[in-house]
Amino acid sequence: MSVGIVLVSHSARLAEGLAELAAQMAPDVTILPAGGLADGSIGTDYDEVVAATQRADSGSGVVLLYDLGSAQMTADLAVESLSNPSSALVVDAPLVEGAVAAAVAAQGGADRQAVAAAAAEAGMPPDLMPVLEPAADTSAVELTLTNDVGLHARPAALLVRSVAGLDAEVTVRLGEQEADAHSVLALMSLGARQGDRVEIRAKGPQAADALAKVKELVEGDFGE
Amino acid sequence: MGCTAEGLATALRAAAGVVAEHRAELIELDRAIGDADHGENLHRGFTAILAALDAGTPATPGAVAKLAATTLISKVGGAAGPLYGTAFLRAATKIGDAGELDVPLLVEALKAALEGVQARGKAVEGDATMVDALLPAVAAAEAAADGGADPAAVLTAAADAADKGAESTVDLVARKGRASYLGERAVGHLDPGARSTALLLRAFAEAAR
Repeated sequence: MSVGIVLVSHSARLAEGLAELAAQMAPDVTILPAGGLADGSIGTDYDEVVAATQRADSGSGVVLLYDLGSAQMTADLAVESLSNPSSALVVDAPLVEGAVAAAVAAQGGADRQAVAAAAAEAGMPPDLMPVLEPAADTSAVELTLTNDVGLHARPAALLVRSVAGLDAEVTVRLGEQEADAHSVLALMSLGARQGDRVEIRAKGPQAADALAKVKELVEGDFGE
Repeated sequence: MGCTAEGLATALRAAAGVVAEHRAELIELDRAIGDADHGENLHRGFTAILAALDAGTPATPGAVAKLAATTLISKVGGAAGPLYGTAFLRAATKIGDAGELDVPLLVEALKAALEGVQARGKAVEGDATMVDALLPAVAAAEAAADGGADPAAVLTAAADAADKGAESTVDLVARKGRASYLGERAVGHLDPGARSTALLLRAFAEAAR
């Protein structure tokens, strides 16, 4: 089962809206909002955070993200109160981008450390790299994006999921920029659109599998 | 002569009264530099403590402190919940099963409360937070205890130092919480958390007389 995600916010609507947004990228991940006080006013509700954290754990643990000040303290306290506090991690990350990155990582089967790391890294500039000559042991395939929206959020998330868990370093090149295929945000910042020709590069024991999976996705228009 | 469970319950009831009395003041202090919820949140928390005590006073001071902790954590809904909640929780752990709080144990409990607030909020002296009231208060309590003061005098020394410490936040740039977004604009304002810490310690000191 995938790692669960809890969104701790002062506002119920903020947490609910974000859960909805992140769920779009990760349909199989339990993403629970824990926002606002029981009477609907602004604040963080410890009891609700504890309950959401318990419900979100299907055995692989939980990653909690928070918005402001007391939400972090409430999340920390909630985790400390669990019968097994090491089953949950509170991560310092930009809430929206972090939640999306965490959701996609969880959907791809990452463990809770990796899910937390994906969220934390979402706060850093996307790691677009200048294109290097591929190493000798790199295999590659060139593909044309024929789906409507190019490498926008949902297709980018699907691409990340398709290569997650494979033992391969995978990148996507568009023109003079190359993005890590394990990062939704990096893929999105390539700005690849319908009609663009991208090169998928892969290295490692499962490089061929990775290329095949991405090829299948692209040629199937990402299921659009 | 120490503080029993009943004594601590009386002190918490007095604190609830002081919080109710100063609710509007704390709201106004927080409106200036934060989100205006400190007075309301603390009032909700202490009202819940009153209700919990009305339902039955636990047998030991440690259990009373733990009841206060869990109630504040569940009911406050703002930063004061985890912070004061952790303070009471650490104090409760320190007090353990003791039937009475004598002066050395009272000082130990205050130190544990301070450590809890610092661990939870990651604030240090000079950040314009409740630490600026609680840290000098604990030092003053220790000094008073070393001088042979009784519990009421120890708490009075703590409350006096907390008042001064809270006042010192007026000149500080806030570095934690909502007020930290204001930068220099937070200078000139008394920190609501430091103020409520001073008020609570004063209430405990008055109740111990």
